[in-house]
Amino acid sequence: MGLVSAPVDEPSDTPSSADAERPQRGGPPPTSVGPGEEAYLGTLGFLEESPENKRRARNIGIAYLVAAVVCLVVFARGDGGVSTFGISDDSSFSVAGIPLAWFTAVTLAALGGAQIMRGTGKWTAAAASVAAILFVFTFMAWAAAGQSFSLTGTLQDALKAATPLVLGALAGIMCERSGIINIAIEGLLLSGAFTSALVGSLTNIWIGIVAAMIASCLLALLLAWLAIRFSVDQVIAGFAINFFVLGLTSFLDSRVLTRNPDYNSVKTIGDIEVPILSDIPFIGPILFEQSFYVYTALALVGIIGWALFRTKWGLRTRAVGEHPQAAGTLGVNVIRRRYYNLAMAGAIAGFGGSWWTADVGRFNENITNGRGFIALAVVIVGRWNPFGALLAALLFGFADALALKFSFLGTGIPSEFLEMAPFLVTLVVVASFGRGARPPKALGQPYEQQ
Amino acid sequence: MTEVANPPTPEASEPDDPTGPSNIFTRIWARIDTTNAVVLPGLAILSALIIGAFVIALSDIDKIQDGDWFGILDTIVDAYWALIEGAFFSLNGWSETLIATTPLLLAGLAVAVTFRAGLFNIGGTGQMLLGGVFAVYIGFTMTGPGPIQVPLAVCAGLFGGMLWGLIPGILKARAGVHEVISTIMLNFIASSFVLWLLKTDAFGREDRADPISKLVADEGRLPRVFGFLDRPELRAHFGFFIAIGACIFFWWLLERTTLGFEIRSQGSNADAARYAGMKPASLIIISFAIAGSFAGLAGATEVIGTQGRLTQTFAGNIGFDAIAVALLGRSTPLGTALAAFLFGALQAGGQNMQVKTGVPIDLVLIMRALIVLFIAAPQLMKLIWRVKTDDASTGPKFAGWGS
Repeated sequence: MGLVSAPVDEPSDTPSSADAERPQRGGPPPTSVGPGEEAYLGTLGFLEESPENKRRARNIGIAYLVAAVVCLVVFARGDGGVSTFGISDDSSFSVAGIPLAWFTAVTLAALGGAQIMRGTGKWTAAAASVAAILFVFTFMAWAAAGQSFSLTGTLQDALKAATPLVLGALAGIMCERSGIINIAIEGLLLSGAFTSALVGSLTNIWIGIVAAMIASCLLALLLAWLAIRFSVDQVIAGFAINFFVLGLTSFLDSRVLTRNPDYNSVKTIGDIEVPILSDIPFIGPILFEQSFYVYTALALVGIIGWALFRTKWGLRTRAVGEHPQAAGTLGVNVIRRRYYNLAMAGAIAGFGGSWWTADVGRFNENITNGRGFIALAVVIVGRWNPFGALLAALLFGFADALALKFSFLGTGIPSEFLEMAPFLVTLVVVASFGRGARPPKALGQPYEQQ
Repeated sequence: MTEVANPPTPEASEPDDPTGPSNIFTRIWARIDTTNAVVLPGLAILSALIIGAFVIALSDIDKIQDGDWFGILDTIVDAYWALIEGAFFSLNGWSETLIATTPLLLAGLAVAVTFRAGLFNIGGTGQMLLGGVFAVYIGFTMTGPGPIQVPLAVCAGLFGGMLWGLIPGILKARAGVHEVISTIMLNFIASSFVLWLLKTDAFGREDRADPISKLVADEGRLPRVFGFLDRPELRAHFGFFIAIGACIFFWWLLERTTLGFEIRSQGSNADAARYAGMKPASLIIISFAIAGSFAGLAGATEVIGTQGRLTQTFAGNIGFDAIAVALLGRSTPLGTALAAFLFGALQAGGQNMQVKTGVPIDLVLIMRALIVLFIAAPQLMKLIWRVKTDDASTGPKFAGWGS
């Protein structure tokens, strides 16, 4: 019952393939293993795996092999230049592209083979992140061959670009953990951007931010009201809210804002340098020379991540999303909690929407341009966990920042393919790693209070 | 989509009343579930018009500051009058309405077929773009006689859309990627891909700096409906008949074929369909392939009919509006066609409204969103309008959403 679904198995397929695998694995024949022993071996992952896991391992393995082939076919045939990566103003290091490409290809092929043969295990995620970093680094070395490239600047931009995604994803997590599908993140962000621009121009940006939070909060409450009070399908309701907001903001933009430019000009918020910490080499400029949105988003990830798994509020929220009937029986007011959490989620998304205003200083038609949908993917890739969402958002932010950087470098890669990169990455990541994610059980189901 | 797929039609299940009037129209009327198919959509449209009026009024800040209440009322009446006038009150209006209806109907069918299979296709835009790419390539490379070239280009568009539609189907069936995520991502990917294509020598026009494809020669364009009148401003083309044909095909597929029965079973109860021996994985892939084909046709008719060239933005919001069309039409062939016609008329009228009264066409987008919202929330409609009828559906639902 969620956005990532179990694969559709043909009924006849499941038991037979599991049986057929048994002898091939070289394990002892089924009769020689007692039930207790089997359970024990099963926990070690030696004996038998569920077909679910096998499919997942196969998909990940295929992704590795494809990446290895890309390394060989594309990256290992560069013009062989040495690329220079700047770390700070006066230090840098250089990498030769072709040997690195060969090394990466061999590593990826080995990992892919291991993944297919051995199935998934605890090492899967760690290996995947190492492989991803290696692959991206090889790509960078290939694309920036013969030129110099500021690593610090790119990572700084990545964190900046990830910020609205993190905030949108946090709003999504708050909703979905309480059992309400939130397709409307895009609309909530857009309404935040519009409201903060309008109110911010009339007063100042800080009041604009508060107004944005209130506006998105009201929209989230509308979603909650439709979903809870009228049992409207949550996907359709969220979808309609997206389009309502897109239409309304575009309408007001061309009817009100363009005629009165005074209503659409806000003083942007600059970066804040944290006094001592920003002097740390490499990490300092990346983490501590950012706008207050970055600091707030990071703090919110920590607070919500902690609260969701360590406090009474978090326990009840998760209970409401997993099994509302049980939670209701134990005295949790399911409906009130859902309203309450969606209001908070709306406020967070509104705050995230005001990021555009604070960054650009004005509102443009459809300024969020699909970032809310990427935030939705971030929720899933991050497995409904704030820390996971932060990592996933950083991945997309990095793809964004890299695309921007390379378009300035003039690497010969068409800029359209660089623009495609974040979406392609999402698709590949969800296809190969989304399988293991399990959404909250009661997601999307209406709840009837007894 | 249980409720949409199988609307509660008590009248339809009962045998014809022998004492009742035998007039064909009254009999058809008796078979229609009036509450869900007529009253509630009508009220939804009315509610959307009322809220739209408020939006027009509240955005007229000059007149609000002056306290010119009659002026505001004037603006509203003018805007709605221009909306109706632009859609119906001239041959040109009808022509524009048909033009706007064609891609909406085809893309609406692309959404409807997936709704019937319990899936959600947001990827209409991407599928249209790919259909447009394939169709325009045939359109500007071939110089053959029209009767050969045009059908070939239409088929190419169908094929292109089908290819793009297969991707989310396969990803869903084989890797468990939810189609909402994959189709949204594929829309963005298709859009960037088309932009890149338009900058290559094979597609891009040499004499233009902006991303725009080579022109399709007049021979390769879909013939005009009103071509016999010798009025070049009437742009309506034969794509409309392709759309009607696709709609009839959709009816035939659903109601008269085994595949259609399997698709409907999958949509109304996936578990039952699976236990009955149907193969969900291949049904998902086939449904998406059919959906992609419809959307590809929409792209093809738009490119070789209306526009005559390929641009990155030709699909616009059609892929999304199509979702509203399918929802409003409850994913039935006739309903989808009527909903597409309504939205097409709104589109054509909206353009007239923007030109004549300066009220932005985005108002139409707001009204579409509201119509969808109100259709999805029949209980809200009943509460507001105090409709006293029995057995209203609880609104469309995705049976087994994602499971």
